[in-house]
Amino acid sequence: MARLIRTEKEVEGRYEDVWLVVEEDALEQWPAGPREIVGREAPRKTGPLRARGEARYTADIRLPGMLHAAVLRSPHAHARVQKISFEKALAAAGVRAAVGPGDVDALTDEPGYQGQAVAAIAADTFRQAVAALELVEVEWDVREPLLDPEEAVRRGQLVGETSHYERGDVERALAEADVVVEAEYRTQTVLHSSMETHQSICEWRDDTLDVYISTQFIWGIRDEVARKLGVAPDKVRVVCEFMGGGFGSKNGAGDHTYIAAELAKRTGRPVRCALTRREENLAAGNRNATIQRLTAAARSDGTLVALTGDFVNATGWDGWAASTDGPMRMLYDCENIRTTLSPAKLNTPPMKAFRAPGFVEGTFGLECLLDELAAKLDIDPLELRRLNYANSTDDRPYSSKNLMECYKRAEPHWQRRNDVRARSEGPWKRGVGLASQVWYGGGGPPSYAWVRVGSDGRATVITAMQDIGTGTATAMAQIAAEELGLPLDRVDIVLGDSARGPYASISAGSSTTPSMGPAVRAAAADAARQIVEIAAQRHDKEERVLSLAGGKVVSSDGGSWAIEEVVDLLDDAQILGKGARGPNPTGMQVLTFGVQVAEVAVDVETGEIRVERVAAIHDVGRVINPLGASSQVEGGIIQGIGHTLSEDRLLDPASGLTLNQTLDAYKLPTIADVPEIVTELLDIPDEHLTNLGSKGLGEPPIVPTAAAIANAIRDATGADVRSLPITREEMLRALDEARKKEKRGAPAAV
Amino acid sequence: MPDLTINGQTHSVAAPVGQTLAETLRDDLGLTGTKIACAEGHCGACTVLLDGVPVYSCITLVHMVGDREVTTIEALREHPLVEAFVRTDALQCGFCTPGQIVSASALVEANPSPSSEEIRHAMAGNLCRCGTYPKIEEAISSWQG
Repeated sequence: MARLIRTEKEVEGRYEDVWLVVEEDALEQWPAGPREIVGREAPRKTGPLRARGEARYTADIRLPGMLHAAVLRSPHAHARVQKISFEKALAAAGVRAAVGPGDVDALTDEPGYQGQAVAAIAADTFRQAVAALELVEVEWDVREPLLDPEEAVRRGQLVGETSHYERGDVERALAEADVVVEAEYRTQTVLHSSMETHQSICEWRDDTLDVYISTQFIWGIRDEVARKLGVAPDKVRVVCEFMGGGFGSKNGAGDHTYIAAELAKRTGRPVRCALTRREENLAAGNRNATIQRLTAAARSDGTLVALTGDFVNATGWDGWAASTDGPMRMLYDCENIRTTLSPAKLNTPPMKAFRAPGFVEGTFGLECLLDELAAKLDIDPLELRRLNYANSTDDRPYSSKNLMECYKRAEPHWQRRNDVRARSEGPWKRGVGLASQVWYGGGGPPSYAWVRVGSDGRATVITAMQDIGTGTATAMAQIAAEELGLPLDRVDIVLGDSARGPYASISAGSSTTPSMGPAVRAAAADAARQIVEIAAQRHDKEERVLSLAGGKVVSSDGGSWAIEEVVDLLDDAQILGKGARGPNPTGMQVLTFGVQVAEVAVDVETGEIRVERVAAIHDVGRVINPLGASSQVEGGIIQGIGHTLSEDRLLDPASGLTLNQTLDAYKLPTIADVPEIVTELLDIPDEHLTNLGSKGLGEPPIVPTAAAIANAIRDATGADVRSLPITREEMLRALDEARKKEKRGAPAAV
Repeated sequence: MPDLTINGQTHSVAAPVGQTLAETLRDDLGLTGTKIACAEGHCGACTVLLDGVPVYSCITLVHMVGDREVTTIEALREHPLVEAFVRTDALQCGFCTPGQIVSASALVEANPSPSSEEIRHAMAGNLCRCGTYPKIEEAISSWQG
């Protein structure tokens, strides 16, 4: 029966109350541990299509009569368009239409960052469109850009407002503490660098708009585009069958989609608008830089008594205040905490969510600070974390938390540190560091799925979700196969089209598997129940003696019939099961936890840093596909290594122009930069969370990596590295500072 | 109007001067297995073979190909590397994967049992933002099954 409920919904740490219709979620969780299919390694179902180059991404779609758009983006960080003329551009070869400020909300005559969209041209070919852009005549009034986040805070120029959080009596705790450490940490601007750039193709057919888009949220794009264009949501169809990476940057429709939709309307033809790589590096979003002034205070026995943090997010021209203060508030048992978070509005490209936004940055600061405190207290860093283990950080209990078990599993990796240090030789110093992880990842409703079973004995999961490369399609097929007692190769999945399946959740906030999985299991169970009912009537059995296993309906009192034999009674008609995601447990915090241990080697003469090994132990509930899960962990760590050591979106400090718009200048990790990575997932189902007990895994692995590496560098060299990325220059600066400190008589490290 | 030999077949291509091989493959011939991710020779997603040598097709002018044999992912679909990449989960979003496999095919052709160092050297010109590198190394190490 459909049930209307009001529940709390969380995406990437932002909560909202929503009304939902859910089905009763009556299924018991499976027992812990690997099942027939769930919990066992499965190569991804779309693997062959992707590897063979047969998968059709948005970038590969060519519609008949399709035009190509090129976008005129502001060459200035802050400017005003005095005058714009399309006269010459419209006369150029192949040009079919032009739009400028006022024609589409996405185009502005007062750009606030380099790369903001001002005008666009549609032409027969992309080259013609780009050539015509050169003919658009613009008179610019160039203005002074504001680029310094602290100056923006002083001026009160914010995206939103400064948020304040306080619990306990911080001043008193600081006064009474035995040890206080203070430090300033900085993190840089990092680019998502999805291999498939942001792009859309829009086509109006009568009064219906088809949007082919590289997105993380098919259903959200449908809703957003319908709202902004003032059309009924059902008149917008959104398609994304294969998607070339997003990492948080593709949650919304983006300027390019509205530009394509308007140009398509004006020309009566499908229009493609795809960002070039250079546009991508300017206008596709970023992980914002942060400044973190932190204090930790403890008693001499290691008990944390106070934590404070003043955080400035360099949010950019637009965006939202990612919770850089989140880890400080959520990771440790500490009664007295005070934080402020100021999102600075700057003449720089807007931030977008990027794989655990805020928590990656905040964990770097907090977990380095904890190691600085451990050094001062002369307490083992792992022990210090255990001493301050949180059993709750607000009045809500955890739905499940096995971080202590993660720490236990980290011990063998942590114990390697004496051997690792002993392998230092010549200028190469070696060390080990660790850092803890807290993040969301519980997913939530609404999410719906259908499961169809045909007389060929094959099942199809149907839902308008997207698989952004995380392997969720395979996980959904595994869940359905498990419930239906079918081999995995007899279960397909149809996704990627809002017109071909029910509402599915966003693929952000580590939510796809925990949101969609329970709905898919419920749908498969509904189909299984119908198959059992049919078999019971056909073979004159009681339903309670029948179950599905090994592709058969099995009777406990003897006899079995192949599923296709049972369903074949219906000929071409098919069984259709429906399932919905139930609500999250009321009044509980649903979080993921983990710890990573990094081993590094640092050449103290050249500042070169090599990450040699990372062990990652995470608690994300039940693991559906250990193979895909290990890939997620490796990918998160590798992105974390880039964040820690090499990636940095560089701005010219005078003009605010981006200096590294290309992939040779913006330094992504390559295969040569990858250390040994050891993945351990606890695989303990969360007994309070849904019919699966699974949480998300997309984001947790990137959260602690930077701090673990920085702590390993401190362990190896005694140098405090407090600013990302830790380039050779920064490493040499930190080593120099440590040497000076040592000369002054203060020991640089234990 | 150059004649190109692509995957063993001859194609007459009408291309303006300055058109790249990647554009020809994708836009004129519908061979969209070759991806373009940067269009300026920095990432390797567009890798194809010219006479067996990996090149970035996005910075290879189509008029400069001449009589060299072009091999794209479409001709390598039955290569054991494809199965190895799938088996080891050496792909996530998959956008860079065809280029990775094309590069890897040239490596194993020249050196069927490459060392870890050799794999890392040969594959360093193919970026993967999802971070599938450990499994790419595993796939290439175990491509013969």
